Amino acid sequence: MARAVVSVPSTAKRGQVIEIRTLVQHAMETGFRRTQLGEAIPRDIIRSFVCTYNGEEVFRADFHPAIAANPLMTFSMVATASGTLEFKWTGDKGFSLTESAKITVA
Amino acid sequence: MSTRRGRWLRGAIAAAGIHACLASAALAAQLAPAERRSGYEFMSAETRAMQDDDATNPAVLSLLDGEELWNRKAGAAGQACAGCHGDARASMKGVAARYPAWDAAAGRPLNLEQRINACRTGRQQAPALAYESRELLALTAYVARQSRAMPIAVAADGPAKPFLDAGRATFYRRQGQLNLACTQCHDGLWGKKLAGNTIPQAHPTGYPLYRLEWQGVGSLQRRLRNCMIGMRAEPYAYGAPEFVNLELYLMWRARGMKLETPAVRP
Repeated sequence: MARAVVSVPSTAKRGQVIEIRTLVQHAMETGFRRTQLGEAIPRDIIRSFVCTYNGEEVFRADFHPAIAANPLMTFSMVATASGTLEFKWTGDKGFSLTESAKITVA
Repeated sequence: MSTRRGRWLRGAIAAAGIHACLASAALAAQLAPAERRSGYEFMSAETRAMQDDDATNPAVLSLLDGEELWNRKAGAAGQACAGCHGDARASMKGVAARYPAWDAAAGRPLNLEQRINACRTGRQQAPALAYESRELLALTAYVARQSRAMPIAVAADGPAKPFLDAGRATFYRRQGQLNLACTQCHDGLWGKKLAGNTIPQAHPTGYPLYRLEWQGVGSLQRRLRNCMIGMRAEPYAYGAPEFVNLELYLMWRARGMKLETPAVRP
Protein backbone atom coordinates (compact mmCIF):
# COMPACT_ATOMS: atom_id res chain seq x y z
CA MET A 1 0.00 0.00 0.00
CA ALA A 2 2.02 2.86 -1.29
CA ARG A 3 0.84 6.40 -1.59
CA ALA A 4 1.85 9.55 -3.37
CA VAL A 5 1.00 13.18 -2.71
CA VAL A 6 1.28 15.52 -5.69
CA SER A 7 1.00 19.26 -5.51
CA VAL A 8 0.01 20.98 -8.77
CA PRO A 9 -1.58 24.44 -9.00
CA SER A 10 -5.21 23.98 -10.06
CA THR A 11 -5.15 27.04 -12.32
CA ALA A 12 -2.42 28.87 -14.22
CA LYS A 13 -2.00 31.49 -16.93
CA ARG A 14 -0.82 30.33 -20.36
CA GLY A 15 2.97 30.46 -20.51
CA GLN A 16 3.33 30.67 -16.73
CA VAL A 17 6.12 28.65 -15.07
CA ILE A 18 4.53 26.40 -12.46
CA GLU A 19 6.12 24.31 -9.71
CA ILE A 20 5.23 20.63 -9.33
CA ARG A 21 6.00 18.76 -6.12
CA THR A 22 5.65 15.02 -5.68
CA LEU A 23 6.10 12.97 -2.53
CA VAL A 24 5.96 9.18 -2.71
CA GLN A 25 5.89 6.54 0.02
CA HIS A 26 8.78 4.13 -0.42
CA ALA A 27 11.45 2.64 1.89
CA MET A 28 14.25 2.98 -0.75
CA GLU A 29 16.18 0.03 0.71
CA THR A 30 19.70 0.48 -0.67
CA GLY A 31 20.80 -3.16 -0.95
CA PHE A 32 23.98 -2.34 0.97
CA ARG A 33 22.60 -3.02 4.44
CA ARG A 34 22.74 -6.29 6.36
CA THR A 35 20.57 -7.80 9.08
CA GLN A 36 21.95 -8.44 12.56
CA LEU A 37 22.66 -12.00 11.39
CA GLY A 38 24.78 -10.71 8.52
CA GLU A 39 22.38 -11.50 5.70
CA ALA A 40 22.24 -8.94 2.91
CA ILE A 41 18.94 -7.05 2.64
CA PRO A 42 18.06 -7.07 -1.06
CA ARG A 43 17.82 -3.77 -2.88
CA ASP A 44 14.27 -2.40 -3.17
CA ILE A 45 14.17 1.09 -4.67
CA ILE A 46 12.18 3.18 -7.11
CA ARG A 47 14.09 3.12 -10.40
CA SER A 48 12.34 5.74 -12.47
CA PHE A 49 9.85 8.57 -12.37
CA VAL A 50 8.04 9.99 -15.39
CA CYS A 51 5.67 12.92 -15.65
CA THR A 52 3.47 13.37 -18.74
CA TYR A 53 1.41 16.44 -19.62
CA ASN A 54 -1.57 15.60 -21.85
CA GLY A 55 0.28 12.46 -22.92
CA GLU A 56 3.58 14.17 -23.68
CA GLU A 57 6.59 13.41 -21.49
CA VAL A 58 7.79 16.60 -19.77
CA PHE A 59 9.99 15.29 -16.98
CA ARG A 60 11.86 12.06 -16.24
CA ALA A 61 14.25 11.00 -13.49
CA ASP A 62 16.27 7.88 -12.73
CA PHE A 63 16.55 7.02 -9.03
CA HIS A 64 19.58 5.39 -7.41
CA PRO A 65 20.27 3.72 -4.05
CA ALA A 66 21.56 6.91 -2.37
CA ILE A 67 18.18 8.62 -2.63
CA ALA A 68 16.38 8.94 0.73
CA ALA A 69 13.21 7.12 1.71
CA ASN A 70 9.91 8.72 0.66
CA PRO A 71 11.52 10.73 -2.17
CA LEU A 72 10.39 14.31 -2.71
CA MET A 73 10.75 15.54 -6.27
CA THR A 74 10.30 19.21 -7.17
CA PHE A 75 10.48 20.54 -10.72
CA SER A 76 9.01 23.31 -12.82
CA MET A 77 7.33 23.40 -16.22
CA VAL A 78 5.48 25.83 -18.48
CA ALA A 79 1.69 25.67 -18.41
CA THR A 80 0.58 25.53 -22.06
CA ALA A 81 -2.91 24.00 -22.09
CA SER A 82 -5.62 22.73 -19.76
CA GLY A 83 -5.47 19.02 -19.17
CA THR A 84 -4.05 16.25 -17.06
CA LEU A 85 -0.63 15.64 -15.56
CA GLU A 86 0.19 12.00 -15.00
CA PHE A 87 2.92 10.81 -12.67
CA LYS A 88 4.33 7.30 -12.72
CA TRP A 89 6.89 5.69 -10.42
CA THR A 90 8.31 2.25 -11.20
CA GLY A 91 10.86 0.23 -9.26
CA ASP A 92 12.23 -3.05 -7.95
CA LYS A 93 9.94 -5.95 -7.01
CA GLY A 94 7.38 -4.83 -9.57
CA PHE A 95 6.70 -1.52 -7.83
CA SER A 96 4.38 0.67 -9.87
CA LEU A 97 2.32 3.65 -8.78
CA THR A 98 0.46 6.26 -10.79
CA GLU A 99 -1.13 9.51 -9.75
CA SER A 100 -2.74 12.30 -11.76
CA ALA A 101 -3.76 15.91 -11.34
CA LYS A 102 -5.86 18.31 -13.41
CA ILE A 103 -4.82 21.82 -14.36
CA THR A 104 -6.88 24.60 -15.94
CA VAL A 105 -4.92 27.05 -18.08
CA ALA A 106 -6.57 30.35 -18.97
CA MET B 1 33.93 8.11 38.31
CA SER B 2 37.01 7.73 40.46
CA THR B 3 37.96 4.21 39.38
CA ARG B 4 40.61 3.62 36.71
CA ARG B 5 37.88 2.43 34.37
CA GLY B 6 35.94 5.57 35.05
CA ARG B 7 38.92 7.75 34.21
CA TRP B 8 39.45 5.79 31.03
CA LEU B 9 35.83 6.19 30.03
CA ARG B 10 36.00 9.88 30.69
CA GLY B 11 39.11 10.23 28.57
CA ALA B 12 37.59 8.23 25.75
CA ILE B 13 34.54 10.38 25.43
CA ALA B 14 36.19 13.74 25.89
CA ALA B 15 36.93 13.90 22.18
CA ALA B 16 33.26 13.52 21.45
CA GLY B 17 32.54 16.72 23.33
CA ILE B 18 30.56 15.16 26.15
CA HIS B 19 33.26 16.10 28.59
CA ALA B 20 31.65 19.49 29.10
CA CYS B 21 28.58 17.75 30.52
CA LEU B 22 30.63 15.94 33.13
CA ALA B 23 32.61 19.03 34.07
CA SER B 24 29.44 20.94 34.89
CA ALA B 25 28.55 18.31 37.41
CA ALA B 26 25.91 20.26 39.30
CA LEU B 27 22.38 19.53 38.12
CA ALA B 28 21.05 22.37 36.00
CA ALA B 29 18.13 24.48 37.12
CA GLN B 30 14.69 24.06 35.63
CA LEU B 31 14.00 26.11 32.48
CA ALA B 32 11.99 29.27 32.94
CA PRO B 33 8.78 29.24 30.82
CA ALA B 34 9.97 32.21 28.74
CA GLU B 35 13.24 30.55 27.70
CA ARG B 36 11.64 27.36 26.45
CA ARG B 37 12.20 26.58 22.76
CA SER B 38 10.71 23.88 20.58
CA GLY B 39 13.18 21.71 18.67
CA TYR B 40 11.72 23.44 15.60
CA GLU B 41 13.61 26.61 16.46
CA PHE B 42 16.96 24.80 16.37
CA MET B 43 16.40 23.44 12.85
CA SER B 44 17.65 24.79 9.54
CA ALA B 45 15.31 26.95 7.44
CA GLU B 46 15.05 24.10 4.91
CA THR B 47 13.89 21.52 7.48
CA ARG B 48 11.40 24.02 8.93
CA ALA B 49 9.96 24.65 5.48
CA MET B 50 9.67 20.88 4.98
CA GLN B 51 7.64 20.54 8.19
CA ASP B 52 5.39 23.53 7.51
CA ASP B 53 4.18 22.50 4.06
CA ASP B 54 1.87 19.48 3.75
CA ALA B 55 3.13 18.99 0.18
CA THR B 56 6.68 18.33 1.42
CA ASN B 57 6.25 16.96 4.97
CA PRO B 58 6.91 13.23 4.51
CA ALA B 59 4.86 12.39 7.63
CA VAL B 60 1.75 13.35 5.65
CA LEU B 61 1.98 9.94 3.95
CA SER B 62 1.64 8.35 7.39
CA LEU B 63 -1.33 10.60 8.21
CA LEU B 64 -3.13 9.33 5.09
CA ASP B 65 -2.49 5.76 6.28
CA GLY B 66 -3.87 6.75 9.69
CA GLU B 67 -7.02 8.22 8.19
CA GLU B 68 -7.67 4.99 6.32
CA LEU B 69 -7.13 2.91 9.48
CA TRP B 70 -9.44 5.23 11.43
CA ASN B 71 -12.28 4.42 9.02
CA ARG B 72 -11.52 0.70 8.59
CA LYS B 73 -13.46 -1.88 10.60
CA ALA B 74 -11.30 -4.14 12.77
CA GLY B 75 -11.73 -6.94 15.30
CA ALA B 76 -14.57 -9.20 16.42
CA ALA B 77 -16.83 -6.25 17.22
CA GLY B 78 -16.74 -5.24 13.53
CA GLN B 79 -16.30 -1.62 14.51
CA ALA B 80 -14.05 1.12 13.15
CA CYS B 81 -12.67 3.99 15.25
CA ALA B 82 -15.01 6.21 13.24
CA GLY B 83 -17.98 4.03 14.29
CA CYS B 84 -17.90 5.44 17.84
CA HIS B 85 -15.82 8.60 17.48
CA GLY B 86 -17.10 9.82 14.12
CA ASP B 87 -15.02 12.39 12.31
CA ALA B 88 -11.64 12.58 14.03
CA ARG B 89 -11.22 16.21 12.97
CA ALA B 90 -13.96 17.10 15.47
CA SER B 91 -13.88 14.31 18.06
CA MET B 92 -10.08 14.08 18.46
CA LYS B 93 -9.42 17.82 18.49
CA GLY B 94 -7.30 18.63 21.54
CA VAL B 95 -7.05 15.01 22.73
CA ALA B 96 -3.33 14.53 22.06
CA ALA B 97 -2.54 17.73 23.98
CA ARG B 98 -3.86 16.05 27.15
CA TYR B 99 -1.89 12.77 26.88
CA PRO B 100 -0.43 10.87 28.72
CA ALA B 101 -3.63 10.95 30.79
CA TRP B 102 -4.91 9.08 33.83
CA ASP B 103 -6.82 5.87 33.07
CA ALA B 104 -8.94 4.54 35.91
CA ALA B 105 -9.17 0.99 34.48
CA ALA B 106 -5.39 0.69 34.17
CA GLY B 107 -4.79 2.50 37.47
CA ARG B 108 -2.04 4.59 35.88
CA PRO B 109 -1.53 7.14 33.11
CA LEU B 110 -1.62 5.87 29.52
CA ASN B 111 0.05 7.51 26.57
CA LEU B 112 -1.76 7.99 23.27
CA GLU B 113 -0.46 4.74 21.76
CA GLN B 114 -1.61 2.77 24.80
CA ARG B 115 -4.99 4.53 24.76
CA ILE B 116 -5.50 3.52 21.10
CA ASN B 117 -4.52 -0.06 21.90
CA ALA B 118 -6.84 -0.12 24.94
CA CYS B 119 -9.68 0.89 22.61
CA ARG B 120 -8.67 -1.79 20.10
CA THR B 121 -8.55 -4.65 22.61
CA GLY B 122 -11.48 -3.44 24.76
CA ARG B 123 -13.99 -2.01 22.29
CA GLN B 124 -13.05 -3.36 18.87
CA GLN B 125 -11.94 -6.73 20.30
CA ALA B 126 -8.98 -6.63 17.92
CA PRO B 127 -5.38 -7.58 18.73
CA ALA B 128 -3.26 -4.72 20.03
CA LEU B 129 -0.98 -3.10 17.46
CA ALA B 130 2.73 -3.58 18.10
CA TYR B 131 4.64 -0.60 19.46
CA GLU B 132 6.43 1.28 16.68
CA SER B 133 4.50 -0.63 14.01
CA ARG B 134 3.55 1.32 10.88
CA GLU B 135 -0.14 1.05 11.77
CA LEU B 136 0.12 2.25 15.37
CA LEU B 137 2.36 5.17 14.39
CA ALA B 138 -0.04 6.12 11.59
CA LEU B 139 -3.13 6.03 13.82
CA THR B 140 -1.36 7.93 16.61
CA ALA B 141 -0.08 10.56 14.20
CA TYR B 142 -3.55 10.94 12.68
CA VAL B 143 -5.15 11.43 16.10
CA ALA B 144 -2.40 13.80 17.27
CA ARG B 145 -2.63 15.80 14.01
CA GLN B 146 -6.09 16.96 15.07
CA SER B 147 -4.50 18.89 17.96
CA ARG B 148 -1.90 20.68 15.84
CA ALA B 149 -1.22 24.25 17.03
CA MET B 150 -3.10 23.63 20.30
CA PRO B 151 -1.31 24.22 23.63
CA ILE B 152 -0.10 21.17 25.56
CA ALA B 153 -2.21 20.74 28.70
CA VAL B 154 -1.64 17.49 30.61
CA ALA B 155 -3.22 17.11 34.05
CA ALA B 156 -0.46 17.49 36.65
CA ASP B 157 -2.64 17.08 39.73
CA GLY B 158 -5.02 14.38 40.89
CA PRO B 159 -4.22 10.67 40.59
CA ALA B 160 -1.53 11.21 37.91
CA LYS B 161 0.61 13.33 40.27
CA PRO B 162 2.79 10.53 41.72
CA PHE B 163 3.50 9.24 38.20
CA LEU B 164 4.53 12.70 37.03
CA ASP B 165 6.81 12.97 40.06
CA ALA B 166 8.36 9.59 39.16
CA GLY B 167 8.97 10.88 35.64
CA ARG B 168 10.59 14.01 37.01
CA ALA B 169 12.85 11.86 39.22
CA THR B 170 13.94 9.90 36.12
CA PHE B 171 14.73 13.16 34.32
CA TYR B 172 16.99 14.30 37.17
CA ARG B 173 18.59 10.92 37.94
CA ARG B 174 22.08 10.15 36.65
CA GLN B 175 22.14 6.91 34.71
CA GLY B 176 24.20 4.79 32.36
CA GLN B 177 27.94 4.30 32.03
CA LEU B 178 28.37 8.00 31.23
CA ASN B 179 26.56 8.83 34.48
CA LEU B 180 24.45 11.54 32.89
CA ALA B 181 21.01 12.89 33.78
CA CYS B 182 18.62 14.22 31.11
CA THR B 183 18.64 17.61 32.85
CA GLN B 184 22.38 18.13 32.39
CA CYS B 185 22.12 18.44 28.63
CA HIS B 186 18.52 19.54 28.12
CA ASP B 187 18.25 22.13 30.92
CA GLY B 188 21.90 23.07 31.24
CA LEU B 189 23.56 22.78 27.83
CA TRP B 190 20.79 23.34 25.28
CA GLY B 191 21.83 25.38 22.27
CA LYS B 192 25.39 24.05 22.50
CA LYS B 193 26.77 21.33 20.28
CA LEU B 194 27.02 17.57 20.78
CA ALA B 195 29.31 16.64 17.90
CA GLY B 196 27.62 18.25 14.88
CA ASN B 197 24.16 18.49 16.41
CA THR B 198 22.58 21.27 18.42
CA ILE B 199 21.34 20.06 21.81
CA PRO B 200 17.60 20.83 22.04
CA GLN B 201 15.56 21.35 25.20
CA ALA B 202 13.72 18.02 24.88
CA HIS B 203 10.17 19.29 24.53
CA PRO B 204 8.04 16.55 22.95
CA THR B 205 5.97 18.95 20.86
CA GLY B 206 5.70 17.06 17.60
CA TYR B 207 5.40 13.31 18.19
CA PRO B 208 4.95 11.00 16.40
CA LEU B 209 7.35 12.77 14.04
CA TYR B 210 9.35 12.17 10.90
CA ARG B 211 13.03 12.07 11.69
CA LEU B 212 15.30 12.39 8.69
CA GLU B 213 17.92 10.24 10.43
CA TRP B 214 15.34 7.46 10.85
CA GLN B 215 14.05 7.84 7.28
CA GLY B 216 10.62 7.41 8.78
CA VAL B 217 8.05 8.20 11.45
CA GLY B 218 8.82 7.28 15.06
CA SER B 219 7.40 7.69 18.56
CA LEU B 220 8.67 9.68 21.53
CA GLN B 221 9.72 6.41 23.19
CA ARG B 222 11.92 5.57 20.20
CA ARG B 223 13.60 8.96 20.66
CA LEU B 224 14.00 8.38 24.42
CA ARG B 225 15.62 5.00 23.72
CA ASN B 226 18.11 6.79 21.41
CA CYS B 227 19.11 9.14 24.23
CA MET B 228 19.42 6.31 26.76
CA ILE B 229 21.61 4.27 24.42
CA GLY B 230 23.68 7.41 23.83
CA MET B 231 24.44 7.73 27.53
CA ARG B 232 25.07 3.98 27.67
CA ALA B 233 22.13 3.17 29.88
CA GLU B 234 19.96 0.15 29.23
CA PRO B 235 16.77 1.49 27.63
CA TYR B 236 13.37 0.51 29.02
CA ALA B 237 11.17 -1.67 26.83
CA TYR B 238 8.57 0.00 24.60
CA GLY B 239 5.48 0.85 26.63
CA ALA B 240 7.30 0.48 29.98
CA PRO B 241 5.69 2.44 32.83
CA GLU B 242 8.97 4.32 33.41
CA PHE B 243 8.80 5.66 29.85
CA VAL B 244 5.16 6.73 30.20
CA ASN B 245 6.00 8.54 33.46
CA LEU B 246 8.86 10.31 31.70
CA GLU B 247 6.59 11.20 28.77
CA LEU B 248 4.09 12.65 31.24
CA TYR B 249 6.78 14.74 32.91
CA LEU B 250 8.16 15.98 29.58
CA MET B 251 4.68 16.98 28.39
CA TRP B 252 4.06 18.81 31.67
CA ARG B 253 7.44 20.50 31.29
CA ALA B 254 6.31 21.64 27.81
CA ARG B 255 2.87 22.75 29.04
CA GLY B 256 1.43 25.63 27.07
CA MET B 257 3.75 25.03 24.10
CA LYS B 258 2.02 24.33 20.80
CA LEU B 259 1.73 20.83 19.33
CA GLU B 260 3.37 20.50 15.90
CA THR B 261 2.42 16.91 15.06
CA PRO B 262 3.53 15.62 12.66
CA ALA B 263 6.84 17.43 13.05
CA VAL B 264 10.01 16.89 11.03
CA ARG B 265 13.33 16.70 12.85
CA PRO B 266 16.87 16.19 11.56
